[in-house]
Amino acid sequence: MKAAVITFPGSNCDRDLVVAFEGAGFQVTRIWHKDAELPEGVDVVGVPGGFSYGDYLRCGAIAAKSPIGGAIVKHAQRGGYVLGICNGFQVITEMGLLPGVLMRNATLRFVCRTVTLNVVTTDSAYTSTFVKGQQIRIPVAHHDGNYTIDADGLKRLQDEDRIALTYADNPNGSMADIAGILSENRRVFGLMPHPERAAEALHGSVDGAALFAGLMGGMALA
Amino acid sequence: MSEPQITPDLVAAHGLKPDEYQRILQIIGREPTFTELGIFSAMWNEHCSYKSSKIHLRKLPTTGPQVICGPGENAGVVDIGDGDAVIFKMESHNHPSYIEPHQGAATGVGGILRDVFTMGARPIAAMNALSFGLPSHPKTAHLVKGVVEGVGGYGNAFGVPTVGGEVRFHKSYNGNCLVNAFAAGLARTNAIFYSAASGVGMPVVYLGAKTGRDGVGGATMASAEFDETIEEKRPTVQVGDPFTEKCLLEACLELMASGAVISIQDMGAAGLTCSAVEMGDKGGLGIRLQLDDVPQRETNMTAYEMMLSESQERMLMVLKPEMEAEARAIFRKWDLDFAIVGETIPEDRFLILHGNEVKADLPLSKLASSAPEYDRPWVETPPAPALVPVPEIGLLDGLQALIGSPNHAHKGWVYEQYDAQVGADTLVTPGLPAGVVRVHGTGKALAFTSDVTPRYVRANPVQGGRQAVAEAYRNLTAVGALPLATTDNLNFGNPEKPEIMGQFVGALKGIGEACIALDMPIVSGNVSLYNETDGQPILPTPTIGAVGLLKSLDELIAGKPETGDLAVLVGATKGHLGQSALLAEAFGIESGDAPPVDLAAERRNGEFIRANRKALRACTDLGDGGLALAAFELAEAAGLGVWIDANDIPFLFGEDQARYLVAVAQADLAGLQAAAKAAGVPLALVGQFGGETVTLGSESAPMAELSKLYRSAFAAALGV
Repeated sequence: MKAAVITFPGSNCDRDLVVAFEGAGFQVTRIWHKDAELPEGVDVVGVPGGFSYGDYLRCGAIAAKSPIGGAIVKHAQRGGYVLGICNGFQVITEMGLLPGVLMRNATLRFVCRTVTLNVVTTDSAYTSTFVKGQQIRIPVAHHDGNYTIDADGLKRLQDEDRIALTYADNPNGSMADIAGILSENRRVFGLMPHPERAAEALHGSVDGAALFAGLMGGMALA
Repeated sequence: MSEPQITPDLVAAHGLKPDEYQRILQIIGREPTFTELGIFSAMWNEHCSYKSSKIHLRKLPTTGPQVICGPGENAGVVDIGDGDAVIFKMESHNHPSYIEPHQGAATGVGGILRDVFTMGARPIAAMNALSFGLPSHPKTAHLVKGVVEGVGGYGNAFGVPTVGGEVRFHKSYNGNCLVNAFAAGLARTNAIFYSAASGVGMPVVYLGAKTGRDGVGGATMASAEFDETIEEKRPTVQVGDPFTEKCLLEACLELMASGAVISIQDMGAAGLTCSAVEMGDKGGLGIRLQLDDVPQRETNMTAYEMMLSESQERMLMVLKPEMEAEARAIFRKWDLDFAIVGETIPEDRFLILHGNEVKADLPLSKLASSAPEYDRPWVETPPAPALVPVPEIGLLDGLQALIGSPNHAHKGWVYEQYDAQVGADTLVTPGLPAGVVRVHGTGKALAFTSDVTPRYVRANPVQGGRQAVAEAYRNLTAVGALPLATTDNLNFGNPEKPEIMGQFVGALKGIGEACIALDMPIVSGNVSLYNETDGQPILPTPTIGAVGLLKSLDELIAGKPETGDLAVLVGATKGHLGQSALLAEAFGIESGDAPPVDLAAERRNGEFIRANRKALRACTDLGDGGLALAAFELAEAAGLGVWIDANDIPFLFGEDQARYLVAVAQADLAGLQAAAKAAGVPLALVGQFGGETVTLGSESAPMAELSKLYRSAFAAALGV
């Protein structure tokens, strides 16, 4: 399986995401944001965490308009997989690949801590190795992770079983404790927690590695 | 545009004393231009010239087989084997942070990161040692919020994990907080970049962000005492942009890898002036700058302003001319400025041209080497008066006085605002005495700590100086690391006062002795003097940042106590209560002498811990708060109770040095005892971990209750 990891100016979890993809057996290409095309045969695009364009204007807003943005949208429209982590979640939300918006944390403070997440659905490649209702431990580190959406949109996410992960103890004021959501076709996944930081024993949790392994296995079946 | 006349008032406004101005006249044989006066002022202020401290700093131990580059470059370089080097330094940004806490702290972090990546290292860890006034002081909460936000805002966006530090409160910092920022990076030993220019006619290239009027005169401001007019200095504080710095990092590392760089220097204090003089002076060359070519963010900037601007995220480089196109392309890729602004010249001149005018023409080597150097009068700090009688207090009341104080409460409110894991190499185990970061792609790791107990240093500068190094040694040892080297950030009051200078001299003596005895040479550092407001000095605060090496992750001691594990005290206990945290927090008493530091015992006990790491499930060093606080913290982090079999205050709260508390499985006790006997290390079984209560002697309380106090006291004290 082939993964592409995008680097925007200000991305700072791009290398970590490459390491995590490789750890799960993906062949990874790194893509500069000024490129307008993805390489042939990419299965999954990873949009990493960080502060793309310094979070100026609005988190993710400028990155969503960068040259590679159009290629990512096309990839998703073709049914390709897209994984957006933290700032990457903000970016793909700004691209319109996922509904809603990530607002400033309710505390107005940055929060870095390892949180407990509930696995709400296992109906996606990303969450396929978990058991529904399972609790997993993955770190968060963000200033703007307060997921917000209108009432209809929220109902739709719930009705369509697209809320993949929720916080057991909400760190940012996010609506319905949402930590990660899926697209309609369940192939675009945005989440605020950093699975690449829970990928080996040193990290204190390997639940993130299970997510990448699930993606690898789930994609192979799809 | 005509420049101001040089008058005695103008000279004084530049922080230059009349005799220093006379020295300028002697050196150049004429009256300086306005721009030249600014350049001298920038080079000769305390912050840049170390004029009051230099003769004492020379006495510090700075060499060792592990040292690749000691003080004098942007940061110190230490060998960690396999062709890898760790590059680190700590630096203060005290005055700017008091004036504008968010930007002051942010640019402090930005500056120290640049010091590290200027040398070719990718930053992998940051720490911050922060000292504030009393939580009840009207400015404190504002400063804490702003500084923590600034530190986090910069480091988080730049993408360096913040893995340690300190936060303390004391009334002496009411009008003068301290922000000491540490950064460490990794490089290959054969790819380290220095500041000395070489070759005549080589292009001098300006890199990074554009120059504005921010921070003009900042270094001079940072070298003055504070008074009520300080708010007027706000425009001298720079504004940080971590996004540009992150791009600058990546562009510089790409550029260095391309082989285009002859020498490189970041623009920190006194910006273009200091960096250009440094590169020329170290290389024995002159520098000519054409200021019209400097990328500018404001219009009509004068030569004076450009030479003294402290705009952030800028670098100066001497380039291999044949590599210009390649170098330019890298900076274009990252959308950063790249401009040739001058060249190296053979004669000893610092020649500044603007339009068709010569704005400055000075002997370059004299700017650096002829800075005044003072052997300021100093008096030895008198022996501390005897400890006053210690008031009665219950054992658990004593513990609660500590864990309920903002100085010793859990600092989660602070640390959760810092990204501790970016890079995915941070060992994630909260509650460790030192931050641990893996050397990426290897099985090695580095440990980081920063320490000082200012009350000790005031009572007894020599012992206090020794103690700061000894505690750093212990913190590194407690995670299993071998201490390698040290950086010092020396924060003191007005050096023109003999008693302050006496504190400085005494503390340096103690630091030097400890660094030799514990084999932790000083490889970089920074001095911050004039930390006084309206004549009131801060507690002497020589912050020690230290780095240790774990050759393999197997060497880590990072476990947590388990139910039934024994609590074993390593090192001798006499019950020293002078200057203790218990007295300060429970009674507001700061009395008696600092605890004496037996450096031989420190080394012996530290070596014992490292040699017996396999028998230790968990380990922490004993610092202020003594055995009771260490036992509580170790148990609390593990979610367990603890019982300490001791009924007396001096044993539980004394702050004797060279001690560790370890958690040992019952089966391992006999072996550890035998090893201790053989090594001549005092060892005492003092209690046991497990259950849900904290028991000190005959007093007990539920851990859940104490933990709640411990985790809420910081925010409660500050009202944040």
